[in-house]
Amino acid sequence: MAKGIEIRTSPHLKKVLTVDQIMRSVVLALLPVSAFAVYQFGLSVLLLLITTTVVAVATEWLFARLSGRGNTVADWSAVITGLLLGLTLPPGFPLWMAAVAAFVGIALGKALFGGLGYNVMNPALVGRAFVQAAFPVAITTWTPAFAPERFSELIPSTLTLPFMQPVPIDDWVAGLGLDAWSGATPLALQKFQQIELPLGEVFSGTIAGSAGETSAILILVCGLWLAWRRMLDWRIPVAVMAGAALTALPFWLLDPALYPSPWFVLCSGGLMLGAWFMASDMVASPVTARGAIIYGLFIGVLTVIIRLFGGLVEGVMYAILLANALGPLISGWTQPRVYGAGSRPKA
Amino acid sequence: MALFSIFPRRKTFDHGIYPVEHKELTADKPIRRLPFAPELVIPLEQHKGKPAIPTVRVGQEVVRGEPIAEADGHVSVPMHAPATGVISDIALAPTAAGPKALAIYLKVYQAASQRVLFGLERDLATLSREALVAAVQQAGLVGLGGAAFPSHVKLMPPAGRTIETVLVNGCECEPYLTCDHRIMLEQTESLVRGIELVLRATGAERAIIGVEDNKLDAVEHLRRQLPAHLPITAEAVRTKYPQGAERMLITSLTGREVPIGGLPADVGVAVYNVGTLAQMGELLPKGQGLIERVVTVSGPGVERPGNFMVPVGTPVRFLLEQVGLKDSYGEVILGGPMMGMAVASLDVAVTKAVSGVVVLEREDLDLAERKVYPCIKCGACVEACPISLNPSVLGELAQVREYAAMAEHYHLDQCFECGCCAYVCPSNIPLTQYFRIAKAINREDK
Repeated sequence: MAKGIEIRTSPHLKKVLTVDQIMRSVVLALLPVSAFAVYQFGLSVLLLLITTTVVAVATEWLFARLSGRGNTVADWSAVITGLLLGLTLPPGFPLWMAAVAAFVGIALGKALFGGLGYNVMNPALVGRAFVQAAFPVAITTWTPAFAPERFSELIPSTLTLPFMQPVPIDDWVAGLGLDAWSGATPLALQKFQQIELPLGEVFSGTIAGSAGETSAILILVCGLWLAWRRMLDWRIPVAVMAGAALTALPFWLLDPALYPSPWFVLCSGGLMLGAWFMASDMVASPVTARGAIIYGLFIGVLTVIIRLFGGLVEGVMYAILLANALGPLISGWTQPRVYGAGSRPKA
Repeated sequence: MALFSIFPRRKTFDHGIYPVEHKELTADKPIRRLPFAPELVIPLEQHKGKPAIPTVRVGQEVVRGEPIAEADGHVSVPMHAPATGVISDIALAPTAAGPKALAIYLKVYQAASQRVLFGLERDLATLSREALVAAVQQAGLVGLGGAAFPSHVKLMPPAGRTIETVLVNGCECEPYLTCDHRIMLEQTESLVRGIELVLRATGAERAIIGVEDNKLDAVEHLRRQLPAHLPITAEAVRTKYPQGAERMLITSLTGREVPIGGLPADVGVAVYNVGTLAQMGELLPKGQGLIERVVTVSGPGVERPGNFMVPVGTPVRFLLEQVGLKDSYGEVILGGPMMGMAVASLDVAVTKAVSGVVVLEREDLDLAERKVYPCIKCGACVEACPISLNPSVLGELAQVREYAAMAEHYHLDQCFECGCCAYVCPSNIPLTQYFRIAKAINREDK
């Protein structure tokens, strides 16, 4: 009767939710955002997303093999990195540069720290920061949304040969026959020309910008779905948005003509994508509830400060990377109060 | 009442988890008796404190209810013969914890009566508080919720502390278990008598029976049955694991926290399991000893799950033969599946602390034995820990064997191994087991 009796230690029950399930859900939540990016900018973005994802997964596989950690591709985390990275790049970004970004993101941002769970910063943003420094022109070259031939032809810079600078795309853009194309994102328009695009456009995303950051509403819906499924900590995006809006508010009240409105701040640039999908990266954010709020607020505040007073137009990326670096410190400050600590015996 | 039940705001504690309850398997199964096992194995250490000392010799005949071992000092309790028969041996026997321990073997006479033949009826009203406490010890009563702490010790709070409130624990937060539920429904009279005795012995002003709101029928039943002249109330608390943990229930019902390193008496509280008090109310007036308890036998690996009045010392094998063990069984757990212990041998006996025998199938276990990923710092364990520890950091420290730092900086000693952290961990890290090992090593290093 006692054949094959099993012995485990308690707890003998286990919640059915594993890392790969969480990661798969995040990928699923990113798919609508990716689809809209392809719809908006055409074939170039499709190739861009495929490139970053494939290179990210390949790099993950390579380093897992080199370090003998077994097959870590199956946890799907590299797919998220690849997709996210692609979504933060300009639509016409040369593919070879995108591949460099994906490789650096996984290799430098993740594998060198020991792989999933040990990275200090969000790997996708590490990759993006690298190419921001390496290819400053290409990463600030924007193309118009809804170009007429976007499903039949590529943006000329997409297929730049490796180690070559991309061709200028001004002629190509002029050939599209779009009026009033300034080559600037809504953020840049606001910052340098004080032209604030209508809120409806930045909210729905029918504007220029990085491939997947333009539609605030779509990102919001996908993020909320993840939060509802408890696969991301809602405190982080909420704190990021609160921090950004509250920092922007006094400036806007002082001088609405010069400074952007809090709504514009929330819906423009990479703030939504950053708040919902990058700041909320579990590995690089604090584990405690209070820590998550401090961390989120810090990102929001810093983003707006960089945007308003820094030399850069966009500040989400550096704000998140900086907050990532502070994450362990914030966790340390916000250790939970242990049950019974400070409770006095009743006399 | 109906108005409030639209948004039930039940009292509860912070954090915790909501595992699937599986209580429907046995919740409506009344407590039944089984035939005696041919041989009972009664370990001398079934309680916290010193093991009992045998007072019988091999070959001696004993009747059901007769004392067979005496308490060794204050924190210890005596044992009584669970059946009429002959002492066949006093030798080592397997235990759930692993190492073999000394036990009294009792060969049960065929056709032995279930009637208890030993006991001295007495009038409890005339007993002093001290005599009541002594009577509780003589009855061999220990916490039947699983802790097995000698009940009489808790009746006497340390100097300078008084018990104001007696909390009666009817939460039964472990999945599968329903024995306390049945006791509240079927042994109400004994339970009330037990509470009354504890109120008298401790001098407490009131008693609250805390019941998880998945057993509202028991709450209603108790409210109808509680005599108006006694300061006893029944209250529903939220169904959440580990609501039935002593410290959690104290916080849920009184809003107070037991200080670190302190006792419930430090906040004027004593907590008793409903099963313990039902036995106390049953045994004390008759002057009898604890020889049996209600055990839930359940789980997917059992053919006819139910609640049974099981004599102490009944081998698990015999119990499972009575209810039918499926071939697909994998693990046999004494207690509930969250904190209970899997036995290595079916020869282990049911002791006073065993509230349930839960049999899981191999499939359930395969589900639990999945790939272990690195910690992704998701914070699920931090959100689950009822003591508000940081299992994420503790787990990392355990992996690098920084056991001393775990205790020194992260309150490892407060962990009571409820299993919430390991239950929720998406990386399948065996956190609870890490902490058990760390605590054991720290104990040895001391």
